Amino acid sequence: MSAIAAIAVNTFRESVRDKVLYNLVLFAVLIMGASYLIGQLTAGQDVKIIKDLGLSATAVFGLFIAVFIGIGLVSKEVERRSVYALLAKPIHRYQLVLGKYCGLVLTLTVNVAVMAATFYLVLAYMAYGASPDAVRAWDAPALDPALLKAVALILVELALVTAIAVFFSTFSTPILSAALTFGLYVAGHFSSDLRNFQDVVDSPSAARLARGLYWVLPNLAQFDIKADVVHGQYVPPGYLVMTTVYAAFYIGMLLVASMLVFSRRDFK
Amino acid sequence: MHALVTHELTKDYAVGFWRARQRRALDGLTLDVEAGEVFGFLGPNGAGKTTTLKLLMQLVFPSSGTAEMLGRPLGDLSVKRRIGYLPENPYFYDYLTAEELLTYFAGLFNLRGADRRARVSRLLDEVGIGGERRLQLRKFSKGMLQRVGIAQALLNEPDLVIFDEPMSGLDPLGRRDVRSLILRLRDRGCTVFFSSHVLSDAEALCSRVAILAKGRLRASGRLTDMVPFRASGWELVVAGVSDAAIAALGSRLRHAVRIGEDRFTLDLPLDPPPERVVGELTAAGAHLVSLNPIRQTLEDFFVEQVTS
Repeated sequence: MSAIAAIAVNTFRESVRDKVLYNLVLFAVLIMGASYLIGQLTAGQDVKIIKDLGLSATAVFGLFIAVFIGIGLVSKEVERRSVYALLAKPIHRYQLVLGKYCGLVLTLTVNVAVMAATFYLVLAYMAYGASPDAVRAWDAPALDPALLKAVALILVELALVTAIAVFFSTFSTPILSAALTFGLYVAGHFSSDLRNFQDVVDSPSAARLARGLYWVLPNLAQFDIKADVVHGQYVPPGYLVMTTVYAAFYIGMLLVASMLVFSRRDFK
Repeated sequence: MHALVTHELTKDYAVGFWRARQRRALDGLTLDVEAGEVFGFLGPNGAGKTTTLKLLMQLVFPSSGTAEMLGRPLGDLSVKRRIGYLPENPYFYDYLTAEELLTYFAGLFNLRGADRRARVSRLLDEVGIGGERRLQLRKFSKGMLQRVGIAQALLNEPDLVIFDEPMSGLDPLGRRDVRSLILRLRDRGCTVFFSSHVLSDAEALCSRVAILAKGRLRASGRLTDMVPFRASGWELVVAGVSDAAIAALGSRLRHAVRIGEDRFTLDLPLDPPPERVVGELTAAGAHLVSLNPIRQTLEDFFVEQVTS
């Protein structure tokens, strides 16, 4: 356990030293600039737009970190040969995979937490300056705690995307891993369409393939509750729990597969 | 007691994408290294030295054959705790400082607190980079990285160290430092198994060597006992000697080359012992400049093996 923690902390440190968290500055500038501009242009809808923008930016920035760092987590260690000295230490190969994964999830957690805090600060500023009429027109209060439910599911989805990226990076090149991870991400967001594919195609084999993919691919659309929380719709805690369990199942499967592939790999 | 044993260790790599064929990198290596000895693993580039070391460290897995280190099968974590490994041309996380890297690796050996700090500090001083401990590794030269690599291999005070080309990238001063470090490790009772393609390193350090070429073991044992490296004669350089004194040596001289007015390089057979010839010549007024055994170099041996 301590080996996994040590590797995770080092992975987090790598992200910090490689200036990955600089994206937070970009996020802050984007969200503050947008709040100023939208405040000038729209009446009554500004908080809703900022909430939408803030949550979407959190998801997109996180996605880029999860994919582009995730694909290099293991493959970079192998390419640069830093894995040689590391695996000579009294650790198992699976601990390296888990440690790297946990390190990136830690980076994403810090990233998402700081983004959420920045986002709330901007919303607080907007609420402070809003007229009583504008506040009455809002579907939900500016500092709605329900936003955190959307933020939590964004983080869970990013943890799943990271597991996908790590899985591909254990046996593939970074470019191919990035393409496959993005491909799976997009397919995962449209996987519910695969279920009804038989209604639009004549070929039974294509329909069977689509149905098979539907069962195999993670349904990432489930993690997207941005529209619900922005419009003040109630999201039950049970939904959060079930979606998180669903993600944990996929993450577990992907990490086990990654560890199995990595544990028998030759480092030529 | 053996520190390291391999039996018919073989490694094939798949080459090519479609219709991959097997390329044999190591072919049935059987070897043993005694505890406490400095063992040189010699061979030209591509001989299979690094593959062997990677097999021992389980960075690659054998196609067939077995190996044991410190009496336990490969991959045993209790053995890894007692082993130090320096990879060839090591690369470390360049965003870390030397001190941070060693602290990180020391943590993997469950070293903590003051003990860890003291050991990291001592090792950095021992390999000569104590002054650069807080410099990021991306600013290190190749030789400095090699020193960091050696320091990280010694963090756990190992019973067996495996060095892959430890002199690589080092200047003469660095080579001398590493040589004396290896001898210090030996004096401490540590077994040192290192690969090299430089004969002088092996001559200076090793009790025994193994020579590998094209993936096969060609010779092993004491360097001086190996037929190709036994002296085949003596090269004697003398000054202040007359042509008559040289001519008087007769059949005890194989060949003579004049290298100055009264200076000669003499090629003497093994028998009679060179002391007698030296005695005769010095009695005739000559000065001894140098006396060296004539033996095949490792490079000659490699060429012979590779072209055979």
